[in-house]
Amino acid sequence: MGKVVVVTSGKGGVGKTTSTAALGAAVAKTGKKVALVDFDVGLRNLDLIMGAERRVVFDLVNVIQGSAKLSQALIRDKRVETLFLLPASQTRDKDALTEEGVGEVIDKLRSVFDYVFCDSPAGIERGAQLAMRFADEAVIVTNPEVSSVRDSDRIIGLLDARTLRAEQGEQIAKHVLVTRYDAARAARGEMLSIDDVLEILSTPLLGIIPESQDVLRASNLGSPVTLSEPLNAAAKAYLDAARRLEGEDLPVVVPFERKGFLDRLLGRRAA
Amino acid sequence: MSLLDIFKRRSSAPVARERLQVLLAYERRNRSQPDLVSILREEIMAVIAKHVQIDQDYLQVSMDRGETMSTLEIDIQIPNKSARPLAMAG
Ligand SMILES: Nc1ncnc2c1ncn2[C@@H]1O[C@H](COP(=O)(O)OP(=O)(O)O)[C@@H](O)[C@H]1O
Ligand SMILES: [Mg+2]
Repeated sequence: MGKVVVVTSGKGGVGKTTSTAALGAAVAKTGKKVALVDFDVGLRNLDLIMGAERRVVFDLVNVIQGSAKLSQALIRDKRVETLFLLPASQTRDKDALTEEGVGEVIDKLRSVFDYVFCDSPAGIERGAQLAMRFADEAVIVTNPEVSSVRDSDRIIGLLDARTLRAEQGEQIAKHVLVTRYDAARAARGEMLSIDDVLEILSTPLLGIIPESQDVLRASNLGSPVTLSEPLNAAAKAYLDAARRLEGEDLPVVVPFERKGFLDRLLGRRAA
Repeated sequence: MSLLDIFKRRSSAPVARERLQVLLAYERRNRSQPDLVSILREEIMAVIAKHVQIDQDYLQVSMDRGETMSTLEIDIQIPNKSARPLAMAG
């Protein structure tokens, strides 16, 4: 039985879709069978980030409504043969997903794949709740910034209350993934520190992904950063996070930047 | 960093632009009417269904939408008449 991992955050634009693609590809590269499911109905983007946008024939809603088989809707990645994508539909009908339908699809995926990553839409409403509903684990994507941390806290509350596991009195494993971490700004004290974030959310850390232009370039090219530029800092951080997700005990190193010449000269203090 | 790397570094925005143009051209057209490739797909499947019962498990449809050209691949496994179970003949 495969593991179902929801990638969620509450806030939009923090890096859920980027992280779903990067983590999913990283795990698939090790030979595990991985399915990425886009839950952002109406605003799908995972296909674009994966570079599969020209190949979408059927989507999650087609499968739920019975007009396509799951095997027909899954798109196999051209680079990693154990990696598959189930696209979201572009329909404006927000009720196109039913809990029962999603449950059936997830059950089938779970029986075939080692990992099922669910890319959650932003918000805390129905769409986000359906994406997390059947999860065994959650990756909470957080930027070191007040509104993102606050939204993550609300999402953690939902994970502990509204998931099937929670309702059945079981634990859902939660991990915080800090993304868009800017070491220079952290050194200047302009950003919440990793310790602050972890203390506030009191949830274990899966990894720290630095703010990086490589991520933008990877999405331009339609390739997860862990596939296109595996040696770059952001990709390495995602590869390590993927290993931790698989249970490896790797220490997390906080990226640091030496103080700039001017900072030292002026003896700047944290704001 | 080699020269090639520098070139590669510069070249991601044009790729993004081209990908978006192809995708958006398709999506905009689609908002008003279903695209030709989808119509063909539905009709071809309907014609086949008239003659053989298609088991959805033996049917794969794939598409690749290009700027000037798209490909539609329909892969169906049709059982041979001779391969029918003997019991039926008897
Ligand atoms: N580590 C990073 N460094 C730089 N840009 C990033 C990073 N992670 C994500 N981004 C950018 O942030 C934006 C939002 O990311 P996305 O994954 O779409 O977020 P979400 O799915 O949470 O809305 C995108 O433009 C993406 O390229
Ligand atoms: Mg997203």
